[in-house]
Amino acid sequence: MDLEFTADERAFRDEVRTFIRSNLPPALAEKTRQRIHLDKADFVAWHKILHAHGWGAPNWPKQYGGPGWTPVQRYIFDEECAASDAPPLVPFGISMVGPVIYTFGTDAQKQHYLPRIVSMADWWCQGYSEPGSGSDLASLRTRADSDGDHYVVNGHKIWTTQAQHANMMFCLVRTDPDAKPQEGISFLLLDMTDPGVKVRPIISIDEGHSVNEVFLDNVRVPKANLIGKEGKGWTYAKFLLGNERTGIAEVATSKQRLKRLKEIARAEQACGRPLLEDADFSAKVAAVEIDLLALEYTNLRMLAAENAGKGVGPEASMLKIRGSEIQQNLSELACEALGYYAAPYEHRPDGSNQPPVGPDYAQGRMESYLYYRATTIYGGSNEIQRNIIAKMVLGL
Amino acid sequence: MDFQLSEEQTLLADSVESWLQDKYDFERWRKLVKTDLGYAEENWKTMAELGWLAIPLPEEAGGLGGGAVDAMLLAERFGRHMVAEPYFSTVILGAGLIQAAGDDKQKTEWLPAIAEGKSKWAFAHAEHGSRFALNETRTKATKNGDGWTLSGRKIVVWDAASADRLVVLARSAGGETDAKGLGLFVVDASGAGVARHDYRTVDNRRASDIQFDHAPVLAVLGDPAHAMPAVEAVIDQAIAYMASEAVGAMAALHETTLAYAKTRKQFGRPIGDFQVIQHRLVDMMMQVESARSLALLSALKAAAEPKERAKAAAAAKVQLGRSGRFVGQQAVQIHGGMGMTDELNVGHYMKRLMMLDTTFGNADFHQRRFAALGD
Repeated sequence: MDLEFTADERAFRDEVRTFIRSNLPPALAEKTRQRIHLDKADFVAWHKILHAHGWGAPNWPKQYGGPGWTPVQRYIFDEECAASDAPPLVPFGISMVGPVIYTFGTDAQKQHYLPRIVSMADWWCQGYSEPGSGSDLASLRTRADSDGDHYVVNGHKIWTTQAQHANMMFCLVRTDPDAKPQEGISFLLLDMTDPGVKVRPIISIDEGHSVNEVFLDNVRVPKANLIGKEGKGWTYAKFLLGNERTGIAEVATSKQRLKRLKEIARAEQACGRPLLEDADFSAKVAAVEIDLLALEYTNLRMLAAENAGKGVGPEASMLKIRGSEIQQNLSELACEALGYYAAPYEHRPDGSNQPPVGPDYAQGRMESYLYYRATTIYGGSNEIQRNIIAKMVLGL
Repeated sequence: MDFQLSEEQTLLADSVESWLQDKYDFERWRKLVKTDLGYAEENWKTMAELGWLAIPLPEEAGGLGGGAVDAMLLAERFGRHMVAEPYFSTVILGAGLIQAAGDDKQKTEWLPAIAEGKSKWAFAHAEHGSRFALNETRTKATKNGDGWTLSGRKIVVWDAASADRLVVLARSAGGETDAKGLGLFVVDASGAGVARHDYRTVDNRRASDIQFDHAPVLAVLGDPAHAMPAVEAVIDQAIAYMASEAVGAMAALHETTLAYAKTRKQFGRPIGDFQVIQHRLVDMMMQVESARSLALLSALKAAAEPKERAKAAAAAKVQLGRSGRFVGQQAVQIHGGMGMTDELNVGHYMKRLMMLDTTFGNADFHQRRFAALGD
């Protein structure tokens, strides 16, 4: 047992740190610190910087254009990015559809799509949920009917994150209406610029726009865009969900949020002293810090197993449960720390000359609290995650 | 022991509810809160005509002489419909402070105008750096010949932009954290030396940060150096009102979520069939009922002797804060993605409940206050 990084890992950390320090534009870091919703250009700008350095797909093996890092190196990379307030990497290409394509795709699919994902020439979105199929995803009804060498797709997807930026969608469709629910599903790559695709924004409770409804009306998808075998889509979907399990804990981001929370609580005053010295408040901060420490080391234990070539099983669902609860708790405490200054809710456009209401550190805290209510809902709600653990791990 | 409403009270509750059902549905609310003003002057006029603005005011000043229970009935319904008109700021706080601290002349001059809907008030009490502790008031009141002027900064003054008068808690004597030395000073909301920065808040209300720079004082309510007993009494009454507003919002959330759990189907059955959802809805119900009990207690104790009144108010405020958070968050969670949308009322109730928790001190603040009050 050894809690320390190896000399190589430490050298790698220094390399990443130096790179970020000299390449991340300060204005972009500042914006990431304050905002939950970044603009497309912000995400793309950071991705291009990483890509130019060969880090466009940090989680990929070398043969497909990734740097071929170990799980520990990927962890170090995530930590360093979050600690510097780098924009989060857009997951749809590099973490979601990319590994599906290089694991199950045809050579032609690999050759066409993988380089475009690494360079972010395409912006992908995930067409999974439907109005009647949320937690019960396998009940999805979007259908793809065979028509020569095409599928004709009709249906209605919802909660599609960043669909407004996307030119490509990977989606689950029903190709066999007569089969059992999970057996009639296929995994398709669909061109969002097709005239049959309509995107309608959904404004979330934080008043931001990141999710959408997507209407698919006679969208013609070449059969060459089918991943793997027809009717095996559920297998690929599960692979996708199980991939990168150790990343879903969001430990690095939460550590950064904890640091910010303490900064706020040091700056805010209660009874003539910093709020962080207030008995009640400091106890709450300590409690979430301990939760986060436990999560961090649970995550590292699973990561070490992954590093040793042992797959991580469904017990990784607990990372999602605890990770999301901690994210929510941190964002809630930040609002609580602000006292009355949690209340103002004005959206100032970029470059606005209007001074913000309240201290700078108050900016975006409520927005973050509100948007993070979704973390226990998306990616399989925490209720569903507990069902997975009960069934798959505990055998209940 | 009797928790029954009188016939008049039942009538009042029913008429408020029926007006709100008719005029204040969620779609109208959404449009209303997006206007510059954030509420409708027309509604304010109607509230005056229906006598609602006069409910807690004394009869000799043109009021109806209703007590905290009458205000509670109104508040619960206002909470259920997220009423945006500045009733709380004007009638509960403004008129409340005039009544508690003002002299007879001030009462006869100002209260009838409030009852008639002709005058709106706001209470400037919060300052950055003092968190929720009103004794840490640094805004200064300085004697200037026969009168006073105010200098300092107040934050998050609810409804200041629509008010014509402000009551400002300011220091005329004593050290920076002394409870003694504070007074209530009335200023013209758009007068000289008053610079407002107006903004929208997360629950779609309106508030302002206000810089006072030698702002001339129109009048002083009560003793300029000994206002805190009156302020605390009014805030405790205000907490009783807020607790009921929160109960209205929580009850609406619970009903909506229960109805959703009965109709939303996943895995071939309503999600309300699953025990995890059932237990959550039961927990929500218990939170609503606990909050209702303490809201009622704080209203019934609103005119009790100070310590008894303060304990009931502090308890209600703690319950409001904790229950409001739990019920709001679980309502969003059980609604899933739908609960995250701006077009559903669920998130708006959750935000309003958060602001009710913060205003006049959050659950932690009042828990400490409750403990400090002793047996």
